Amino acid sequence: MKEEGNYQPYSYFQLMEVSLRELLVEKGVVTEAQVEATVEDMRSRTPERGAKVVARAWVDGSFRRKLLENGTRACEELGLDVPALRLVVVENTASVHNMIVCTLCSCYPRMLLGIPPDWYKSRNYRSRAVREPRAVLAEFGLRLNEDTAIRVHDSTADMRYLVLPMRPAGTEGWAEERLASIVTRDCMIGVAVPKLP
Amino acid sequence: MGGLPAGRVEATEHDYAQWERRVDALMVLLSGVKGGKRLMTVDELRKNIEALPPDAYERMSYYERWVTSITQTMIQRGVITTEELGRKMAEIEKRG
Amino acid sequence: MVEARYKPGDRVKVLKAFPLGHIRTPFYIRGRNGVIERLCGSFGNPEELAQMRSGEPKQPLYRVRFLQKDVWPGYRGNAGDAVEVEIFQHWLE
Repeated sequence: MKEEGNYQPYSYFQLMEVSLRELLVEKGVVTEAQVEATVEDMRSRTPERGAKVVARAWVDGSFRRKLLENGTRACEELGLDVPALRLVVVENTASVHNMIVCTLCSCYPRMLLGIPPDWYKSRNYRSRAVREPRAVLAEFGLRLNEDTAIRVHDSTADMRYLVLPMRPAGTEGWAEERLASIVTRDCMIGVAVPKLP
Repeated sequence: MGGLPAGRVEATEHDYAQWERRVDALMVLLSGVKGGKRLMTVDELRKNIEALPPDAYERMSYYERWVTSITQTMIQRGVITTEELGRKMAEIEKRG
Repeated sequence: MVEARYKPGDRVKVLKAFPLGHIRTPFYIRGRNGVIERLCGSFGNPEELAQMRSGEPKQPLYRVRFLQKDVWPGYRGNAGDAVEVEIFQHWLE
């Protein structure tokens, strides 16, 4: 099943993917339809879903408490399907800024936010985020107050993490949808903070 | 890997190719996340990536490492054999 | 079921051991002192799951907070900077 309009010969690894998939289909392990459906399903999982969760937490104090206590259950309450996700939500405050990394591989709350960006999986981010978070944040253009402590969360086992950013000043009275629109994926990883447009 | 000296974080992203998305989807299916039979674990995926030669990070992209690891795991688990894989890869290369 | 030995606030030390196999305790944290932030629950042992074994019995998994200045010699940053890592009970003492 080649890409439409792709006349290049397969790379070794693309050949492996096609071969593996065909063998698994022949053996009844998966069907082509399942693979396609799963691809589409993963496409539908985007940072906008996380932004909804953040916006709700900003406007609803009891939801915020539930989110901090059990991230997965709170997402499900909002009608977000998050199979197999064990979500820990960590809250930014005036004195603490949170940042997420997986030094060992690339663990990420995929079932909520979708596939992570390349840089999150890069050796450079994974090596330096735990050791020099301030320098890494500066490369992302984020400079924190000197008296703000940084907490880096290394996603080493079964939990996955979402940063609940601080609601910026100047958003009083905003509707949830508008609030969600300023919450980017990078804010929920912790390398950015929400900004007014 | 945490704490090792490394360079600037290049905030690159690329729009994933369809074959890469299919590798990702295969992992979701084979690990039983979508309710099907669990044929492998994410732990085996990781272990087999760790077992790649040291220059794998230079030579191979993220999903190239993943497809290698998943395939290796399927062989280790006896879901497919090396012979089957070899024959299939030759067949597909010929077919194009 | 393996009983959870620790509770939030307990001071713990990560084993300073470097065995072979698939391990989810990062090198940089081995031998370091930290504080239990929470018990996450009990989960299959990834070291065993990686070897196609069952990973049973499930092991208690904790989030442990380490002060960065206790982890990295010459760490430059806020004294309150921390790194929080999920660590399985059998790696803690």
